Amino acid sequence: MNWLAAHRHDRRAPLLLLLTALLLTGGVYALLVPAPAVAASTASSAEVDSGMKLFTANCATCHGTGATGTAAAPSLVGVGAAAVDFQVGTGRMPAQMSGPQVEAKPVQFDQDQIAALAAYVASLGPGPSIPTGDQVDPAQGDPATGMALFRTNCAQCHNAVGAGGSLSQGKFAPSLWQTTPTHLYEAMLTGPQSMPVFNQATLTSQEKRDIIAFVSEQGGTQPGGLSLGSIGPVSEGLWAWVVGLGLLLGAAVWIGAKSS
Amino acid sequence: MTSPAAATADFLDQRTGLGAAVKEFARKVFPDHWSFLLGEIALYSFVTLLISGTFLTMFFVPSMTEVTYSGPWASLQGTRMSEAFASTLRLSFEVRGGLLMRQVHHWAALIFMASIITHMMRVFFTGAFRKPRELNWVVGFTLLILGLAAGFSGYSLPDDVLSGNGLRISDGVLRAVPIIGSYGSYFLFGGEFPGEALIPRLFTVHILLVPGLILALVGLHLFMVVLAKHTQYPGSGRTDRNVVGFPLFPIYVAKAGGFFFIVFGVIALMAATMQINPVWNYGPYDPSPVSAGSQPDWYMLFLDGALRLMPGGVEVVIANFTVPLNVLIPAMVVPGILFTALAAYPFIEAYATGDKREHHVLDRPRNRPFRTAFGVSLLVAFFVLVLAGSNDLIATHFHLSINDITWVLRFALFIAPAAAFMVTKRMCLALQRRDREIVLHGHEHGTIVRFESGEYIEVHQPLNEHERWIRVQHEPIRPLQVAPAEDSRGVRRKGYAADLRRARLSRLFYADRVEPVTPAELAASHSHGTHDELPPAPSGQELVAGGRRSLVADDRAPGDGH
Ligand code: HEC
Ligand code: HEC
Ligand code: HEM
Repeated sequence: MNWLAAHRHDRRAPLLLLLTALLLTGGVYALLVPAPAVAASTASSAEVDSGMKLFTANCATCHGTGATGTAAAPSLVGVGAAAVDFQVGTGRMPAQMSGPQVEAKPVQFDQDQIAALAAYVASLGPGPSIPTGDQVDPAQGDPATGMALFRTNCAQCHNAVGAGGSLSQGKFAPSLWQTTPTHLYEAMLTGPQSMPVFNQATLTSQEKRDIIAFVSEQGGTQPGGLSLGSIGPVSEGLWAWVVGLGLLLGAAVWIGAKSS
Repeated sequence: MTSPAAATADFLDQRTGLGAAVKEFARKVFPDHWSFLLGEIALYSFVTLLISGTFLTMFFVPSMTEVTYSGPWASLQGTRMSEAFASTLRLSFEVRGGLLMRQVHHWAALIFMASIITHMMRVFFTGAFRKPRELNWVVGFTLLILGLAAGFSGYSLPDDVLSGNGLRISDGVLRAVPIIGSYGSYFLFGGEFPGEALIPRLFTVHILLVPGLILALVGLHLFMVVLAKHTQYPGSGRTDRNVVGFPLFPIYVAKAGGFFFIVFGVIALMAATMQINPVWNYGPYDPSPVSAGSQPDWYMLFLDGALRLMPGGVEVVIANFTVPLNVLIPAMVVPGILFTALAAYPFIEAYATGDKREHHVLDRPRNRPFRTAFGVSLLVAFFVLVLAGSNDLIATHFHLSINDITWVLRFALFIAPAAAFMVTKRMCLALQRRDREIVLHGHEHGTIVRFESGEYIEVHQPLNEHERWIRVQHEPIRPLQVAPAEDSRGVRRKGYAADLRRARLSRLFYADRVEPVTPAELAASHSHGTHDELPPAPSGQELVAGGRRSLVADDRAPGDGH
């Protein structure tokens, strides 16, 4: 205490205080924030090996041997198992470049092969891992919070209920109604193509689960009849003309024809 | 003993003299044509709006006070929202029949506007706006604007994200007006956007002011229809001095009354099976989120489209005042041009035609090439703007680039109406030429006759009197001629310059024309035939129903060009 009291006015004191404060906040942050999910440790080396073979056969032409990237495709070191599971599991990879963005198509690998590919890519460097069943369970999320989060983070690209929307130059945000909870989570985690990454700091895992709870309720039957694609007033206007005015003009012609 | 109904009628009649008016009204003659029912669709959907809207007022709370939602819709549990939005959700999920009524109201609004536009198209293309009906055209045009106002104010009431986006855009447009813009916005919203005052204000506008005005003007509109009598399509026996049709009572009343139930039925059917404006999907208004696919109802889409087409960044700064042309041009100049052209057209046409007579027989659109082409080009411009307003949906549904669509539509806005004008005008002239051809030579018949001399000719079938009447009844309209600049004594005439301008306009309208066949031409075309059985050229009024049909050979030598 005496020492403290004596050195309180030392001109190095503020610096020391600052350092302590920084260390403390850093420590608390490290404690509170869940460690970034790092995979690969669980995968057996046999899986990694078969993943490497699959990768060399199917992916290396674009991503390069060792997945270090070429002019045609980015390096996959550090993208993590989640990115591979999403890209290959939705059929985006192996890519067929023809349009403005790599599009989903029928999945080309079975679940084991995808897991092997993911294990291989995860072994190259730490990155986000595939979420557990608990993390993506819609029943554990709150759809009301999910809706609020979806409206501020996703609706500008994916439409209010996830029906999909247009981006510039022919790119688009796809409909989310057929997407599995795991792929929803992975998309947020890895931010495919034009989509931003929503890491732990922007959306916590609980918040991601809330969003999944909201999205998985969409795309089904809606109150009030046919949802007309849930794309808003344009389709309503189209139907008003086609069905409404169509029927009424038909009726008018019929009444008119009944006379002279 | 008189029946109670008769007694009541008698009571009213003795005190008001209503009987005579009713009798007079019941004898009004109404010509029959399906296109005369378009205005009725508008009327009946408006009645449907009144009925369903009155129901909505019983449950809707026009207030922006914040409440926390605790109703049945799970995705909004615990969300903070305005009472207006909460009461819209209550209407949708808790009030019995509330969702159906909301959907009836909104579908009826879309159909109301669609029928107004089709009704206007009928009036425009048939020239029903000519004297003495120009004023009623203006009344109808005002009804169109009031319909837009009703739709927009109603769309904004539920206070969801889409309606708030619409208000945000209107606020932006208002602020774009130099100098007074921001004051106007503060005045309208009672402070900074969005404020707390707007929804109650819009409510008054939506359920009192605008419907009241519409009701009054609909009354005036119908009164003027009765006053000027109904127009009729050309046909034998129909002239500018009579009306051919059924008396209003009972035939027409029965038909029209039945038609009300058809209109109501179609709207109810749509409301019961097709969702409209699912506000629970959009959520309560909050200025930050804008979701993909945010658009106004279709009748406002052209304004959104104009804003989407306008290149950004076109701003001029004059003495510290920014004049944002990138907002002012699409939001004010473009609709200004479209609407002014629409409202003023009857007066412009009358000026160019120099015709002061009354007209009760409608035009066939082909007989007025300029007007028809002009109307089509206005519609095309409107349609291009509607497409522009839907550019993002076109992009996703047809896998196109939104940037390409926007660029194509930017050019299309100027090129497509011009092209549509030329094509329509050419088509009208061609149809008129074809009419002449048929009147002079009859229908082609596909029968070839070979004479003994070896000559082949095609047999033509002459028109019956009805068919011919329709094709020759109209008067040719020629461009106005200008009197010389100087009178007989060589004094320069006043107003010569104005006359010149008028003649130039008139030439624009009528320089290209195909004139109807005259009786003399008709007679001439047949006089050189020996086996001609045609009756003399018709002279309008004496025509009776049923024409004679006879086969006549067209005696012109083959290959003499027809
Ligand atoms: C035809 C070339 C091509 C082939 C083959 C291909 N990819 Fe890709 N891949 C790409 C391109 C290009 C991208 C970058 C797209 C983007 O995200 O912008 C990409 C992106 C990825 C990503 C996302 C990287 C990130 O940053 O999130 C993963 C993961 C991936 N590829 C895995 C694979 C796997 C696994 C295979 C083999 C099954 C494969 N790719 C085959 C071209 C290819
Ligand atoms: C900037 C626009 C943008 C935002 C914001 C955005 N996304 Fe995306 N999203 C995209 C695009 C573009 C794709 C397509 C990427 C691809 O095909 O690789 C996509 C794809 C997805 C997919 C994959 C769908 C499938 O089945 O193929 C999911 C899931 C997804 N997004 C969820 C979300 C969620 C949840 C949010 C909000 C937290 C969100 N996105 C925010 C643009 C966006
Ligand atoms: C004149 C033609 C009218 C048009 C074009 C029109 C149009 C609209 C529209 C588009 C909405 C939004 C509806 C929704 O999706 O919730 C609306 C809401 C509403 N309208 Fe009308 N309306 C008209 C007349 C009326 C009348 C006459 C009344 C009442 C007497 C009325 C009462 C209401 C009310 C209370 C709402 C809010 C209801 C809600 O948000 O659920 N409207 N109107």
